[in-house]
This record gives sequence, C-alpha cells and structure tokens, in this order.
Amino acid sequence: MFANFDFDVIRRSLSYLLIDGMGFTLLLTGLATLLAGILGTILAVIRLSPVPVLPRLIIGYVEFVRSLPLVLLIFWFYFLVPYIGQWLTGAERPIAVGAFSSALITFTLVEAVYFSEIMRAGIQSISRGQLAAARAVGLGYMQSMRYVVLPQAFRNMVPLLLTQTIVLFQDTSLVYVVSITDFLGAAGKVAQRDGRLVEMYLFAAVVYFIMCFAASMLVRHLQRRNEFAR
Amino acid sequence: MRVKPLLLWVVAGALAASPAAAEDLTGTLKKIKETGSITLGYRESSVPFSYLDDNQKPVGYAMDICYKIVDAVKADLKLDKLEVKLNPVSSSTRIPLMANGTIDLECGSTTNNVDRQKQVAFTNSHFLTASRFVSKKANKITGIEGLKGKTVASTSGTTNIKQVVEANAERGLGLTVLPSKDHAEGFLLVETDRAAAFVMDDILLAGLIAGSKEPAAYEISKDSFSLPEPYGIMLRKDDPAFKALVDKATADLYKSPEGVKIYEKWFTQPIPPKGLVLNVPMDAAMKKAFAQPSDSPDPASYVAN
Amino acid sequence: MNYHWNWQIFWELSPEGTGTYLDMLLSGLWWTILTSLAAWAVGLVVGSVVGIARTLPIRPLQWLAGAYVELFRNIPLLVQLFLWYFVLPELLPHGLGLWMKQMPNAAFYSAVAGVGFFTSSRVAEQVRAGIGALPRGQSMAGKALGLTVAQTYRYVLLPMAYRIILPPLTSEFLNTIKNTSVALTIGLLELTARARAMQEFSFQVFESFTAATIMYMVINMVVVIAMRTLERRVSLTGR
Repeated sequence: MFANFDFDVIRRSLSYLLIDGMGFTLLLTGLATLLAGILGTILAVIRLSPVPVLPRLIIGYVEFVRSLPLVLLIFWFYFLVPYIGQWLTGAERPIAVGAFSSALITFTLVEAVYFSEIMRAGIQSISRGQLAAARAVGLGYMQSMRYVVLPQAFRNMVPLLLTQTIVLFQDTSLVYVVSITDFLGAAGKVAQRDGRLVEMYLFAAVVYFIMCFAASMLVRHLQRRNEFAR
Repeated sequence: MRVKPLLLWVVAGALAASPAAAEDLTGTLKKIKETGSITLGYRESSVPFSYLDDNQKPVGYAMDICYKIVDAVKADLKLDKLEVKLNPVSSSTRIPLMANGTIDLECGSTTNNVDRQKQVAFTNSHFLTASRFVSKKANKITGIEGLKGKTVASTSGTTNIKQVVEANAERGLGLTVLPSKDHAEGFLLVETDRAAAFVMDDILLAGLIAGSKEPAAYEISKDSFSLPEPYGIMLRKDDPAFKALVDKATADLYKSPEGVKIYEKWFTQPIPPKGLVLNVPMDAAMKKAFAQPSDSPDPASYVAN
Repeated sequence: MNYHWNWQIFWELSPEGTGTYLDMLLSGLWWTILTSLAAWAVGLVVGSVVGIARTLPIRPLQWLAGAYVELFRNIPLLVQLFLWYFVLPELLPHGLGLWMKQMPNAAFYSAVAGVGFFTSSRVAEQVRAGIGALPRGQSMAGKALGLTVAQTYRYVLLPMAYRIILPPLTSEFLNTIKNTSVALTIGLLELTARARAMQEFSFQVFESFTAATIMYMVINMVVVIAMRTLERRVSLTGR
C-alpha cells in the first residue's frame, strides 16, 4: 500500500529535519525544562511559605494557566511578550523578541506552573519535623528549604519531573501554530513543499515515539532504582 | 496628541536634509540604529514573493525588494554593518507580529487594504492580483456558482478568506469554508480532495499549480472574488520617518531598470527550487504601478487606461 | 503602545454574515464543548477497557494493552491529529479514503478520534492505578463469594476504583477540553480557532484572546464545580 509513496524525501531532507528542526526542539525543551524547573521551585517554595499575599497571587497564576489551552497561551505570549518586555523595562517601544526566545519564555512561564505543582507535592512529602528541626538549629525559612527540604524533595520527585519533561518535549510541537520551525514544523514544511504529507507525518510520529518511549523507559528504570534506595 | 504625527513629518524632512544622528531618530529607524539589526518577516509558501527554497532559505520577489530597502536604510543611517534577522510569519501572525515589534518589514504577498491600514502601514505596491480559486479540472467546476454546497479552503488571516466568507453570506452559496494554515496546505486540501477549491490570489495559485506534481490537472477560475488588489511590503503604523525612507527606496527601485529586472527574474525566468517559469510578464496596470509608485489601498486607482 | 483598543468589537457584525463577533466566539465555544464531550466519551470507554485489560490475569492481553498505552502516550497529540486527518485517508482504499475526506465535519470526527484515543491512554493508566490501589483481598473476596471475574470487576472492584480515581479523572476531563484546541490545526472551528479568526478579521488581537480566555475559565469552573458535586454524591459515608 506504500507503492506510490516516496520515502526518499526523508533522506533528502534529513539534515534539515534533524539539525534545524530537532535541534530547535531539543534546545527549547532543555532550556525550558531548566528555567521552568527553577522558576517552578521558587513558586512552590513561596506558595508554601508563611509570607502574606504572594502565595495567593501564585495560586491565582497557577489556576489561570492551568485552565487555558496551551495553543491559546502560545498565541497570547507570542503576541504579548514584546509588550510585557516594554512594560518591564520602561522602553519606549515593544521589545523585539525572536521566535526562539518567545517560545522559550512561553514554555518557561507555562511549564513552571506544572513543575511548581510537582515540587509542591515533593516539599509536602518531606515530614514537617525536618523543617521544624532545621528551624530549631537556627536556620531561616529559606535556608531550611535550601539545605534540608529541597534536596530531598527534588530527589523524590525526579521521576515525575522527568515525566513532565517528556510531556514538555511533546508539547513543544505546538509552536507549529505560529509557524516556528521546530521538528514538526520542519517536517510540515517539507511535507507541504513536496506534497509528501503521509511520509513526513509518519516519520515525525516514529521519531517522536522512539524518543519519548526510550525516555519513559529510562524514567521507569530510575523510579525502580529510587524505590530500592529507600 | 494631534501634533505628534506632524512633528514626526518635520523630523522626517529634517532627516532627508541632515545626516542622521541617533537622537533625532524615531520609531523603527531609531530601533535599527540602536540594535544594529533589522528583522524581516518572510512567508513559507508565497511563491514567487517569499518562500523557502531547497535549502529552506527564504527567497523571492518581495525578499529581493526588502533587501534593497535594507540597503537604503543602511546607507541612510550610515551604518557599516546592518544585521538582517529573518522571522517566519503566516497570514494569521503577520499583523500582530508587526504591531508588537517582532518584525520590522513584512516581505511577502500582503494585500494593502483600508481595513488593514487601521493597524499597519504599507509602502508602494509591488504587485496586483485578484482573488480566484483553483480546482481540479476533472471536477468541472465553472464559476463561483459552481461551488455551491461544496467545501472550499482558503488561508486563514487573508483577505481571500474574508472575501469568500462574505460572498458565501451574500449569495447564499452554502459553502463550508475550511481555514488552512498556509497556501501550500490550502492547495494540498484540493490535491487530496478534501476541498473542492482553494480560494487565493491568482498569482499564488499559478505558483502553486506550477509547483504541483501534476500541473495539468488543475485550473484557475475565470470568476474572481475581487478586483485586482495591490500587494505591499508591510511596515508599522504611525512611523512616518521610516515609511518615508521605505517609500523613497521602493519608488526609486520600481522606477529604475533594476526594478523591472527583479520583476522579470521572478515572473518570466526560471525560479528555484525546481526551475519553474511562471510566465507572467508585466501587464499595463503593473507597468503603471511601477512608473507611478503608489501606496493607495484602492484597487480602482491601479486600473490602467 | 501602537495598538488600537476597541472593546465594542464583539457587537460588530462579523464578515461571515451569521451574526456578531460574539456569536462567532459562541459558536466556537459550542464546538469546543461538543468535541470535548465526544472525545471524553471515547477516552473514557476505550480507556476503561484498556485499563481493565492491563489488570486482568491474561498475559498477552496485558501486554497488548500496555503497548496501546505506550503508543498513544508517546506521540504528541498534534502529530496524532495529523495522522488521523491527513495520513489515515491516504492509506485506506481510494474510495473509502475519499468518503472520509469529503464527509461533512471531517475535522470534527478526526478531532474526536485523535483527542479521544490520546485521552484513552491516560484514562487507562488511571483506571489501572485505581484498581491497583485496592487491597488484593477485595478480588479474593469476590472469588471466594463465587463471583466470576466479570462479576468481581462489575460489583466489587470497579465501583471502588472509579470512586478513587474521580479526582484525577476530573483533571483528565479538563485536559480533554483544553486539548480540543489543538484541533484548530486540522480546521476544526473551536473556540481558539474562532478567536484567532476574529483577530484576523478584526485585527483586535487582545480583545479576541481575552474573550476566549474568559470562556475557557468559565468552562473550567463549571466542570470543577460539577465534578465536586458528583464526588460528594457518590462518596461512601464512613470513608
């Protein structure tokens, strides 16, 4: 049934697909995971801290982002980020933000919400006695978090954080909607230029599957090792 | 704030006379001077205006014009080096991305009309084209009435989809209008029989057909949804200094033999990636548009007499 | 900021001739709700079957169900939608493929299948976890009472398992609603697509997206409240 299909199109465009396309996707996933992980941890710590007002603001932000489709958020941020930049820096014109930076900011701000939920669960899984003990030795709230609670919470949550990274990796494909050339965008461009939708989309599916499946196997392996370690 | 545009015009006038100093500059020119870079928005499949070649680099008629504008900007600002950044846009993202400063010039196939001028500005028109549809010859669809009750694709964010949606409402055609992300996708919907027709500017349809696997299988309708409308390079609104510079650069180019040469390079000679020839020589209206460059959104003003 | 605000835009007529821009967004909202419900039905039914299959004491079935979950979980939803919409009809015999492509609302059916099966793999994991969370004694007790495997599931395991997983299922349903927006890439005229079209026709980007944002938040709130009520209704006293 593949008689009139041309799978050679994949070989011809392979370097574009993998270097330009997958390179963008991986770089975006990697950086967004790092930044969203940091921001998400900060959000979680503040949310659980005894300071006034801020935790409520964070809850509001988390609920806001979680109730919106990622596609809509991508549109929002792509069009809005330059104005936010202008507002933050007090510049006289919107700050020009390239496609990559815009996507990175979007995924950082959005995924931070999901990472913060995981970190919150992680922090709450550490018995309150530890925090009390840390405070008793004279550490401040932030210090106790930094040196006692977070390292353990982070270690416990590694599998969940990695699983969320796999989700993020898949979600980056949605930048397709604003014509940014990620892996799927590259496949789509070749598909449309050469009229080879079937070949390119099947290829994209196979590549995504192999990468995500391998990664999730790795996560499961880590999880099992984690369980033994405890 | 009424005074502001006037003031800017004065600045623009002064600019032409005196060497540009950064503190005199406003808007986009100031931004270009400060950042040492200019960002061009390009299209993926607007053949031959702005599209990706074999190496996935944006090329085309509008890209060539934009590079000429870039040269003029560079000369005017007396810059040794001007970095050109490229950012992909689609019909649906180009206007918001222009407004929010992501791109400085949009080099493609954007129709200049009154509606859009409320949000953006256009320089002198570089092409005239009417909105028609492509269908498979085998389906024997003649005229707009022949589309009744069928599924019709058009690219989201274009004037064409607006026209087909309006025609559908006014004439009671009972069409299902399927929005596509870009022109190539819209054409593919016809190629794969998902849509009976794809409504788009006729020049883009000609490009799509020429590049298809089986060019002989398609035809462009005689009926059109609009008069030939002008295409213009898009700029930010309320930026008279930049617009004056771009207008001058394009007017100089269009009136010169070089303008004709660039036109012929894309419309009468083989173009990448497959060496197709579109074979669309300049008609009377186009010659007039080049001889008397104009940024008017009014299709009637381009009719050659 | 060189942006021209116009909040009156919602009451202006859209070029589609079927009403105002607000009507346009509401029709999008309707398609979002319809697609979400249909996809959720697919996801819940298929997901339950697959999830149960993973807990049955039949090896090949467990393996098959596991493979199913991995397949639908490890490909991005957008790619899955492209497979359903662009690829599937081309792989079928010509006549059947053509029929699929030309049926009215083809994008809707593709979206229901795409989002539905994607959701099913996640529901399956929840169902499996729910059944796994029950003490082993429960299924043994069922067996001891002389119930068949089917009866044990129907009367003992599933009623408890579903009660346990009701909160995660709620969030899966919320995800399903959000996921339908991905179908704008295959031409489904749901809420996000309509907000984008409104932006393209009227050039009022921020007004359009603000309205869509509010609508999504309202749906979210309605679902959360409804599910909480349901949770309270079905909760067993004494637990």
